[in-house]
Order: sequence, then structure tokens, then C-alpha cells
Amino acid sequence: MYVTKVKLTNFRNYKNAEVELSPGVNLLHGSNGQGKTNLVEAINFFASLSSHRVAGYTPLIQQGEQSAIVSLELAHLERELLLEFEINNDSPNRARLNKSPVQKPKDILGYLNSVIFAPEDLDIVKRDPTNRRAFIDQLIVQFTPRMLGVYSDYDRVLKQRNTLLKSARATGTKGDSLSTLSAWDESLVKLGSEIIAARVAIASKLSPGLIANYQKIADTNNEPRMFIKSSILGSTILDGEEADDSEYLESQDREEIAELFREKLMRMRPKELERGITLVGPHRDDLVLILGSLPAKGYASHGESWSYALSLRLASLEILRQESKLGDPILILDDVFAELDSDRRAKLAELVLGNEQVIITAAVIEDVPHALSAKRFSVVAGEITNG
Amino acid sequence: MYEGVIQELIDELGRLPGVGPKSAQRIAFYLLQADADQAKRLAEVLTEVRERVRFCEQCGNVAEAELCNICRDPRRSKASICVVEESKDVQAIERTREFKGLYHVLGGAISPIEGIGPDNLRIKELVSRLADPDIKEVIIATDPNLEGEATATYLTRMLSPMGITISRLASGLPVGGDLEYADEITLGRAFEGRRTVS
Ligand SMILES: Nc1ncnc2c1ncn2[C@@H]1O[C@H](COP(=O)(O)OP(=O)(O)OP(=O)(O)O)[C@@H](O)[C@H]1O
Ligand SMILES: [Mg+2]
Ligand SMILES: [Zn+2]
Repeated sequence: MYVTKVKLTNFRNYKNAEVELSPGVNLLHGSNGQGKTNLVEAINFFASLSSHRVAGYTPLIQQGEQSAIVSLELAHLERELLLEFEINNDSPNRARLNKSPVQKPKDILGYLNSVIFAPEDLDIVKRDPTNRRAFIDQLIVQFTPRMLGVYSDYDRVLKQRNTLLKSARATGTKGDSLSTLSAWDESLVKLGSEIIAARVAIASKLSPGLIANYQKIADTNNEPRMFIKSSILGSTILDGEEADDSEYLESQDREEIAELFREKLMRMRPKELERGITLVGPHRDDLVLILGSLPAKGYASHGESWSYALSLRLASLEILRQESKLGDPILILDDVFAELDSDRRAKLAELVLGNEQVIITAAVIEDVPHALSAKRFSVVAGEITNG
Repeated sequence: MYEGVIQELIDELGRLPGVGPKSAQRIAFYLLQADADQAKRLAEVLTEVRERVRFCEQCGNVAEAELCNICRDPRRSKASICVVEESKDVQAIERTREFKGLYHVLGGAISPIEGIGPDNLRIKELVSRLADPDIKEVIIATDPNLEGEATATYLTRMLSPMGITISRLASGLPVGGDLEYADEITLGRAFEGRRTVS
């Protein structure tokens, strides 16, 4: 699959812009702050209906405007597709597929697969669980678009339940008289177990590719491994608030996960009432990245962390490619070459060159290996031109 | 801002559910330009509806007397009660012609975010109705969304010790939606295929 045309209206710093892309490598260059990342963000948006750098949609709409429109033309074999998405400030978002409106905006998912490499990927390895959850959840949504609804339902149940816990704490209500809490537990457990099972499943799917790619990039025998560390296991709370004894989850069985979830929820009830928030569930879990025998976070060197992050993305690319009916995912390399030493640059170039379409952004053309800089576009202040 | 009464009208209209400031303004100017009779009829109906329509003392449905048409109808079976969120859900279920029993309108669903708990719904009234030994089945037909589900779960747990059959509409209703938007055939089928939960 490849993108043949992108049209942006009031998206970020683009008033009205249009660009035609080709299969193979496309290089977007221009000084800082001209709109290179904004353009690839717009393309990648259709993979999971979220931005790779912010939560929420408001920042995507041009300042002072009420709505933004992104439209993409895609080609796969003989087929052509037109995807359009309208992000609105005050009214519901809308999407169209080949000019006809789809019932719900999320019905536009599943037509574009993409993998984006960005400087922020280092956060997946180095920073808090939020970054790792975002990484794995966006991948899950690409695999199973239906999961987007599960995530938004889970967030809503969580908000309802937290509101209830907070007011129970304020009024000093005891756990056993709080019968409405258990009414929310059921949905929390059902939706949460589905999310947890999906995470365990995708982590195990990613594992072989992670190991193989790490060895290609880093040339060591240090093996990367990853696990889901879940708040439904263990006896206390994650996030270092209590003794950290929760364990890695290996089961992908929803029933089994639900059972553990329910039990832990019961055990944590007094604590939840005391704190006024939900302490068990996928929103408290982490994707733990291990290198050799140590956690990558806090232990891996800067270079090792980069190799790790690149390997995670390359592994994502491979599993999407294997299971996709749409050919290769669109591969986006946003500003990554500037971050890498020449050895990693060359290896990454080699690994991505065969992909059906690659879109690269760079402020300095010289940072990009020669083999990748044939077809160029210049981005200046929200205008895109060939050359 | 407009002067005086026209702004007052826009403000009042803007307070209605689903009417934003722009629509409020459009409706206000429409009424100004419509013929005088039409505006007058609307004003009369508004006053009349508040004076004449009240809520059924038994089921909470809209009524023009102490009891609504359904509760007064001797042909309706007293053996089953269908619990819904709003009066408009009664209308939706009536259109399917599947149900011959009585209703109970809760007046909403449990939603802590909106400050709605069991005490804000007509649940106590439901419990006292169930003291009647003629009642054999309660069918919970809250909306197929998260708040409707939570309300159904709450009711099921609370009512099950009373020894009455409790059932829930079969799945197949569009998830995440309102009952009133389900078409008659789907809703009718969900009714027929209801499953006993307790
Ligand atoms: N909602 C918005 N409305 C208007 N302008 C915006 C909006 N969001 C971002 N911008 C502007 O877009 C500009 C370009 O951002 P972008 O991240 O695409 O730059 P870039 O070309 O990738 O630069 P760099 O080489 O530094 O990564 C920024 O100057 C930012 O202020
Ligand atoms: Mg950038
Ligand atoms: Zn009645």
C-alpha cells in the first residue's frame, strides 16, 4: 500500500496544502518548524485515529479555526481508496470513505497501516509506563480496529468509577454500602480484561522480531525481552507507591484474566476507597522492556536505548506486514537519522529500503543516507513543493 | 447580544437539550418570521403540556391522569414489568407490539459523572411495586450503553433476592446507543430473545 496524495485543510500549520507522493522513498526536507512532522502526523493519523505525539485532537486543528480536514488517496494493487477525516472542535468528528460518509468516525480505521519512527520513540524505552502503553495500544488498534471502541468504553467506565470512589471518600461511605461500585466493576473487568489479553498477545507476537532486529542493529548477544507487568497480579500497587511485587502476566485467556482482575479488585477495595481512585486495571499496567538481565529503563545506555526503540518499531512493521491484506504498511521515519550515529543510520537504511513506501523527514539532507534521498520535497512554512 | 426579549428567547431556547447557541438563534428568528398563529399555537401547547401532563403515579410514564393509559388498560398483564430509562423508551417498545405487560420508568440511568445515583432514580418505587405477588417477571430494558448496563447490573443484584424472574433484553441491539434509536424489528427480536439473569 502507498499514499498517492495528501490534502490538508486547517491542519496544524497548513492552511491549504496538497502533495503527491510516490511508491518507494519520499524525502521531506526543510528547516525546523516548517511542517514536516505535521504532514507525516496527518498520514499516520489514519492508522489509529490518534496523533503519535499528543493525546486529544485540539492541537491538530489550526489555531483560530474550528475544524481541520485531512484527506488521503491510497493505492494498493489495482485498488484506489480515498480516506477523509474532519476533526471538529464543537461538533462530532466525521469521516468519509470514497466520498460516502461512514456511520461512525472509527469505521475509517483498517484501511491504512503505518509504522512511524520518531525521536520520541526513545521515551518508550526511557520514560514512564504511559509511553509504553501508548505504543502497544496504538499497535493493537491497527491490528484490531474494533479495539478503539473498547479503549474508549474502558476510559469512560474508569471515569465513572473514579467519580464514584472520589465522592464515596468525600462522604465517608463504607465499602459494603457502596453497592453501585460493583455495578461498574463488571464493565471494568470485562473491558479491562480484553485490553490486557490483547496486550499480552501482541507482546508475544512482537518478541521474535524484537530479538532478531536488535541483533541486526546492535551486534551484541544481549537479548531484549518484554513482558506485561500487571496490576491485576501481586498483592499491592504498581508505580512504586507500595512494595512493588506485581508479576509478569503470561496468560492471554480472557476468562482467566477476568478472574484475577475480579479477585484483585476485591482485595484492593479498602485501598481504593481510601485513595478515591481505581487502582487495578490496564491503565495501571506496564510493558516492561528487559535487556539482557536488566530493565532497559534506567539501565540501558543511550545507544542501546535507541537500538531497542528501533527494534520495537521494526518488529511492529514486520508483524503488520505479515498479517496485513493491504501490503506493506507505510513506513515513516520522522527526523530519526539526525539522532543516530552513522553505523545505526546505515543499518536502519538497509532494513527499510525494500518497503513499498517510505516517507522520511529531515532538517538536514546530509543526515539521510544517500540511498534514501532520491525523491525530494521541500517544506517551507506550511507549503510543500517538489525538489 | 440582541436587545431585550429576543435575547431572552435565544437564552431560553439555548437551555434546551441539544440546542446550541447557533441553533437557538436560528429558531428564534424562525419564530419571529413565521406566521403569528404558529408561534401562538406553540406558546399554548407549551403552557398546556405543563398544566395537563404529569407522570403516572404507578409507573412514572407521562400521563394525563393519575395513571397513564397503559396502567389503566385492563387488558395489560400484571405479571410482568418492563423497566426502562425514559418515557420515550416506552413508546419504542410499544411500537414493537411484543410486550403486553406494564412498565416502570426510572427517569435515567446511573451515572456518577452526572451526579446520578440510585437515589435519583425511581428505584424505591419499583421495589414497592414488586411487593405485589401477581408480579412474576421483571424485564430490564435499559439502554445498551455503559450507564444502562451498570444500572441493569445494579438492579439485578438488588432484586434477585426477591425471588422474581429477572431478564435482560437479548444482545443484538446496537451497542453504545439509545434504545429509542433501535428499529422495531431489532428491538422486537431482542425482546423475544430476552435471557433470564436471575
Ligand atoms: N494547531 C496549530 N496551529 C497552528 N500552528 C501549529 C499548530 N500546531 C503546530 N503548529 C506549528 O507548526 C509548526 C511546524 O511544526 P512541525 O513539528 O511540523 O515542524 P518540523 O518541520 O517537523 O520541524 P523540526 O525539523 O523542528 O522537527 C510549528 O512551528 C508549530 O508552531
Ligand atoms: Mg519534526
Ligand atoms: Zn403508568
